[in-house]
Amino acid sequence: MSDYPLPVSHVIDQSTPASERSTLLEKLHEWVVTVDHKRLGILYILYSTFFLLVAGAEALMIRVQLAYPHNHVLSAQVYNRFFTMHGTTMVFLVGMPFLFGFANYIVPLQIGARDMAFPRVNAFSFWLTAFGGFLLYYSFLGGAGLYGVGNAPDVGWFAYAPLTLRAFSPGHATDYWALALIVSGFGTLGTAINIIATVISMRCKGMTLMRMPLFTWLLLIVSMLTLVTITPLTAAQFMLLIDRYLGGHFFDTQAGGSSLIWIHFFWIFGHPEVYVLVLPAFAIANEIIPVFCRKAIFGYPAMVAASVCIMFVSLSVWAHHMFTVGMTSVSNAFFTLSTMLVGVPTGIKIFNWIATLWGGRIRFTTAMLFCIGFLFHFLIAGLTGIMLSVSPWDWQLHNSYFVIAHFHYVLVGAVVFCIFAGIYYWYPKATGRLMNETLGKWHFWLFTIGFHITFDTMHFLGLLGMPRSIYTYQPDRGWNFLNLVVSVGGLIQGIAVLIFAYNFIASYWSGEVAGDDPWDAWTLEWTTSSPPPVYNFEEEPEVHSRRPLWDLKHPDDPDWEYES
Amino acid sequence: MSSIPVSHPERTVEWHLPNKRRVGMTALIVGESAIFTIFVVAYVFYMGKSLSGPTPAQVLEVPILATICLLSSSITIWRAEKAIEDDRIGSFTVWLGATIALAAVFLMGTAFEWKKLIYQDGLTISTNLFGTTFYSLVGLHATHVVVGMFLLTSTFVLSLFGWVDSRQSERFGVVALYWHFVDAVWIVVFTVVYLIGR
Amino acid sequence: MQTRCTKRLICRSSAAAWLLLTSPMLIAQGMTPSTLAPASTPAHQIFNLSIFVVAVTGGIFLVVSGLLAIALYRFRARKTDPVGEPAQIYGSTQIELAWTVIPILIVVVLFLTTARIIFAIQDAPKPKTALDVTVIGHQFWWEFRYPKYGVVTANELHIPVSSDAAPAATFLKLTSADVNHSFWIPQLAGKTDLIANHVNTMWMDPQKPGLYLGQCAQFCGSQHAMMLLRVYVDTPEQFDAWIKNQQHSAPQNSAVEAGRRVFERQACMNCHTVSGTTATGRFGPDLTHLMSRATLAAGAMDNTPENLRQWIKSPDTFKGGALMPAMQLTDEQLDQVTAYLETLK
Repeated sequence: MSDYPLPVSHVIDQSTPASERSTLLEKLHEWVVTVDHKRLGILYILYSTFFLLVAGAEALMIRVQLAYPHNHVLSAQVYNRFFTMHGTTMVFLVGMPFLFGFANYIVPLQIGARDMAFPRVNAFSFWLTAFGGFLLYYSFLGGAGLYGVGNAPDVGWFAYAPLTLRAFSPGHATDYWALALIVSGFGTLGTAINIIATVISMRCKGMTLMRMPLFTWLLLIVSMLTLVTITPLTAAQFMLLIDRYLGGHFFDTQAGGSSLIWIHFFWIFGHPEVYVLVLPAFAIANEIIPVFCRKAIFGYPAMVAASVCIMFVSLSVWAHHMFTVGMTSVSNAFFTLSTMLVGVPTGIKIFNWIATLWGGRIRFTTAMLFCIGFLFHFLIAGLTGIMLSVSPWDWQLHNSYFVIAHFHYVLVGAVVFCIFAGIYYWYPKATGRLMNETLGKWHFWLFTIGFHITFDTMHFLGLLGMPRSIYTYQPDRGWNFLNLVVSVGGLIQGIAVLIFAYNFIASYWSGEVAGDDPWDAWTLEWTTSSPPPVYNFEEEPEVHSRRPLWDLKHPDDPDWEYES
Repeated sequence: MSSIPVSHPERTVEWHLPNKRRVGMTALIVGESAIFTIFVVAYVFYMGKSLSGPTPAQVLEVPILATICLLSSSITIWRAEKAIEDDRIGSFTVWLGATIALAAVFLMGTAFEWKKLIYQDGLTISTNLFGTTFYSLVGLHATHVVVGMFLLTSTFVLSLFGWVDSRQSERFGVVALYWHFVDAVWIVVFTVVYLIGR
Repeated sequence: MQTRCTKRLICRSSAAAWLLLTSPMLIAQGMTPSTLAPASTPAHQIFNLSIFVVAVTGGIFLVVSGLLAIALYRFRARKTDPVGEPAQIYGSTQIELAWTVIPILIVVVLFLTTARIIFAIQDAPKPKTALDVTVIGHQFWWEFRYPKYGVVTANELHIPVSSDAAPAATFLKLTSADVNHSFWIPQLAGKTDLIANHVNTMWMDPQKPGLYLGQCAQFCGSQHAMMLLRVYVDTPEQFDAWIKNQQHSAPQNSAVEAGRRVFERQACMNCHTVSGTTATGRFGPDLTHLMSRATLAAGAMDNTPENLRQWIKSPDTFKGGALMPAMQLTDEQLDQVTAYLETLK
């Protein structure tokens, strides 16, 4: 019917005779040696989901300990290991792998490619990341043993020197931290290089950079940012190991070394890192919101420009984590300004999303609900970020529960919400089955209620002077009731996540069959079967606009007539 | 069949995208540059701050020969690139060999320099801030030279077996790109350590 | 069909509920180290700035979340919608410009307001009458030195109250003997880090006498949570009396001679100083006026003889991971040394 040579999708024949079906061992072997981007994407996502549950359990233990003052559930040493592992796990073994897992699965499909640019490097990167995680958690088995939480790192996820030097951290806890992250860092670097090469060099015919889906655009930007984000941390960790094992003096204050350069290097990594975590969340929202309000994204070029702006400006704000270390007033003022400025392109994105909703026909599927939650939370998180950028106020709020509230608003309220949204949205594509919508809505509402109970309250704890990283607190400081409330919210979130985990697993067998395009969407991944064949597309697609499937469905009103 | 004409500007578009291997290597170079930058920043930050021990001015000699060799190797590898593009494999092998030889001279220069520093001047990585930052930075660079030599030597051996021709010219170009990066880093390290820092 | 409206209602009413429940707590209870109850100029300046910032960001929040709520309600899919897709709107350059320029203007206003306070606090000129105190952070206690008075003490800081008639600011120099710490008394000033090999400065001029609480605000190891701070803002008379007491050496009291000998022979003096005796250790807190403090071990427990005895017997009882080792003293030695320390007023 159409003049467009779009690939014909193709129902995969699922009925193989028993004699030809592979054994369990053969199936496992296939998964271990796979270089297929879809399988690696699924491996990343399963890996992250596992660690989400582990780090979530760590968080619940933290909240049980803090529910009452002078509680004795966890000793100081155990608590310090738990909060360090919670942070390190969530950033490196949950956040990054989830988002790179999504990238792995979806980017080649969205650009009409057969696989990533370097499939074997892809597999190698995954296994490096996986090994890094394994190494980090192996630390639980050392030292005083499992119940004393072994040799797990206990220096905070930010591992400030000189606390991490041999003089103050004897034993191997810090070494596990540094080595595990160096190894998984190389994996991350490999994936970033792969994504960049794939997006630049493997787009199908007609897909110029300005016709790529925004998900792919943002993952390209994230990958470029990753190149200069993870590497400073790797460098600093090498320096730490040189200090710890080769007698180096990078951070050795006794020899004239400086704690401050660790802090600078860490945050030169640490700040762009949070953009590495949040930009893929934007990427997911950029795909889901238009589909469920039945309108193209408002202001595509502006969204691209704003994202590129964020990438650059985010490299100049790191010292807003350091307002209290004693920089000059001029430096503090500079970083205040740059931090406020990075809020401008970020705000533009929020406005564009609202403009997308405006005039649409909004369908409140679970994926969409999580995206709406993301919008609301990210607005608040951005505003508390502005509050923290006001350096004098940060002199009060830094290292208090206000900061914890702020960054959990971003990392849970925005990033995790978008991860959930992405899972509900693309699960049908990857498995051929829809997740259960009723359970999804239970998950959403319980999680949102628990989230607000916990993290709204935390802001007040910070304002009332409660610092972070403390295993207990004095009963006469007025923090008792609020801490209990925060802990209760945590439990509610835990229940919600369990509902999600059940839905995630059960739907694989009992979910409604999805078909190629259950959401009536417009990008290339929905033109192929669910799940896609291993080669993705029978013929290389050729596209002429940002929404090739829209063009196919609306030949009388194609996008390319309107796109500038 | 739609009766509305569905023609649009670029029906049979020329579709050329950059070579994926070059893009990948460029991305790797960007990442590695960030690592080097951090080590250079540490070196610069700690210039003059050592509390004891030998200073750069006291013990460092400008490695002129080694530097000339390494920078010349960029020229020889460029000649090798040109040769393989034109399918002149004999010439390619010679230029590649020259590159490897020059790199080897550079590494030997570094080795002798470090021997002198360690045994004669008593400067090790744990001596003072200068020692720590010097060996880390120069050592990181030398490691990259070693990796590069491995790539070059493998190609050289394959070429001796007659298994290399112009069909691999793009891939060799990627190796050459890495090599040029290694040289560029040396220019920065040389300037910071041996010119400014002394 | 879920409406965004319900969710907003839940969120808004829960926010209101928290505010109601916690508002009594937002007004400083006696012991709450609240940033919302400033008692010194820097804290006041920060608080006033924060009100302005909340007003601006609150305004932005109301506008944007209002638009979001309206969009979700007005444009929800209804059964009565016409068939086909709604009008596809791809963008608008004017709107993009508008919502780029307006935020930039807001940033400019916020930044200039903030910069003024940064300079007012950080670059405040030091008055000649200012009191100098040096703060040195240790794992897990605070060392306070008054250079002009020759006083060295630990964990509990005494500073004079300041008034318009008799301004008396205290200027602190902060550094660390080991890892990073941070000095935070929310009611008196923002926090400033203590970093080895690096001297930071801060100032405060409390306007109401009383006890102000705080604690270490940079993770410094296992007992970071119990590195508490007590700042006593004294009237001029109280402050003078305190200084005079601190300047005295420890009295020689023959009744506790046995305890003093235990102190000197059991290696206590390797870490602790008691002025006027041979004990000149610097690793642990100065104990010359231990009994003038309300708490022990940087606030870990009240200063009672039982607690003191138990602390010396086994520091891990109160502060597992503290760097003071259990000295393996006999019960008799414990009684004697506790009696001795009880005389160090």
